[in-house]
Amino acid sequence: MFTSFMTNAWIVGTVVALLAGATGFFVVLRGSSFAAHAVPNGAFAGAAGATLVGVAPLVGLVTFAVVAALAIGLSRRHRSDVATAIALVTMLALGAAFLSLSAAYEPQVDALLFGEILGVASSSLAPTVAISVLCALALGVMYRPLLFNAAAPDLAAARGLNPTVLEIGFMLVLALGAALSVPVVGALLTFSLTVGPPAAARLVTRRPGAALGLSMGLSVVTLWTAIAASFQANLPVGFFVGVLSAALYVAVRLSTRARAHSV
Amino acid sequence: MGWFFEPGLWSNEAVRTGIGVGAVVAVVSALVGLFTVVRGQSFAGHALADVATAGGAGAGVAGFSPFAGFVVGSLVGAGAMQTIGVERVRQRDVATGVVLGGATGLSALFLYLISLNSSSTGSTQSILFGSLFSVSHETFLIVSGVSLAVCLALAAVGRPLLFISLSPDAAVARGVARGRVALLYMLLVAITVSLSAVVVGSVLSTALLIGPAASALRLRRRLSETFVVAAALGVTAVALGVVLSYDSFYWWPSHRALPVSSCVVALVVGELVLVSALRAGSAHRRNARR
Repeated sequence: MFTSFMTNAWIVGTVVALLAGATGFFVVLRGSSFAAHAVPNGAFAGAAGATLVGVAPLVGLVTFAVVAALAIGLSRRHRSDVATAIALVTMLALGAAFLSLSAAYEPQVDALLFGEILGVASSSLAPTVAISVLCALALGVMYRPLLFNAAAPDLAAARGLNPTVLEIGFMLVLALGAALSVPVVGALLTFSLTVGPPAAARLVTRRPGAALGLSMGLSVVTLWTAIAASFQANLPVGFFVGVLSAALYVAVRLSTRARAHSV
Repeated sequence: MGWFFEPGLWSNEAVRTGIGVGAVVAVVSALVGLFTVVRGQSFAGHALADVATAGGAGAGVAGFSPFAGFVVGSLVGAGAMQTIGVERVRQRDVATGVVLGGATGLSALFLYLISLNSSSTGSTQSILFGSLFSVSHETFLIVSGVSLAVCLALAAVGRPLLFISLSPDAAVARGVARGRVALLYMLLVAITVSLSAVVVGSVLSTALLIGPAASALRLRRRLSETFVVAAALGVTAVALGVVLSYDSFYWWPSHRALPVSSCVVALVVGELVLVSALRAGSAHRRNARR
């Protein structure tokens, strides 16, 4: 499990999980789950497109995720759920078309959709870490404005905080995180990691700093467990990520409710 | 028109069945989708599609027809989401996401198991992205019957549904059983998503549900008119999508056709973009005149 060809998976997995836990905290806070579900599908289309034209996958992943995120972010002010749904299906349909045109093999398709822990190339290690650091810095800068905007949007706007700029900035971080995560966890399951652990963390504590830390911790534990279980059982990593994230949320929710009853 | 309708298009049995199934499903999706858009439930509709995926893939593992799996999966998902959703609006977004994420995990497992056990490839694509040209005549009949049932149920529940969607408090004051109507509607969306999954695949069924309805609501204000416009836009997108996909086989020397679902989604999105542009243009002119 800790052999040399798994080293990349562990490193990238940890970085991706930390970022997903941090981004996910704000996704849950802002109620933008649907957008967080749609953006990774942009990354999917990008990876498929990159295979078709023969450029590095990371280029396609980042480009398409950013395009999807900007499309959703700019339309968020009016009927955001329709725009998000349309962006989502557009990206998935593009991805399906690219894959048919490049005559991709079934395992390649499955890996993009449901994750492949051995799919992490050494050459993508440095860009992954660099992009993650960039995202972490951006989240650090936006931490207070995002909290302020979520807690009291009108007051924040009155104090001169531009909600559109904030939305676009946050969506860009979401897009970069998705682009890194899709090759490992898969397009359809990156979302699970972005919502399950943060939602569980929010149930445990209301203090933002503590919830953010707990969210990152739970996310890392979820992905580590998933990688280990996937290696042992030889089943897709996405299965474990999806089911563990959901189980974590349900377990925490049931236990907090039981505690509330006993008090 | 020979350049547009490539040789053999109309004599092809699979194409004719495909257009028939697609047209029926497009009409039902457009009608049900109008309420989804008005109620702002696109995310719920899409989550049902993802739960349907797990059902369809699970049926594949057990050896049943995917359509049966789509229906069972999405009905269970609708029940689960409605149970979680009634508690607190604030948590609904997250609860929907958790149900969706867990179901997608199961899809990953089932599709992997199918790929291990079957010698034929392409099961992932056919469940997720549809395989309209391989729809059997028997499935056509089942889909038509179920579609008719959904339309009748929608006709029965339509008025109270619109009432609780537009003015929930007044509806409750008038004695409309809000929870029951909402649950019944969720179940209708679940069945509709399963129907649409047969045409464009489970993860793309959201396109037929939301796209034509959103376009129609931008063009017309009266409900009866939006029904007609949405249905017409849906049928047009599916029929043209089938023709485009068939034609695309001749476009490249490699003879790799575009999937039907990609063509249909492209047309649905194209219609919405066109409609939005037209409306933005007319609003601009109206403002200029003032």
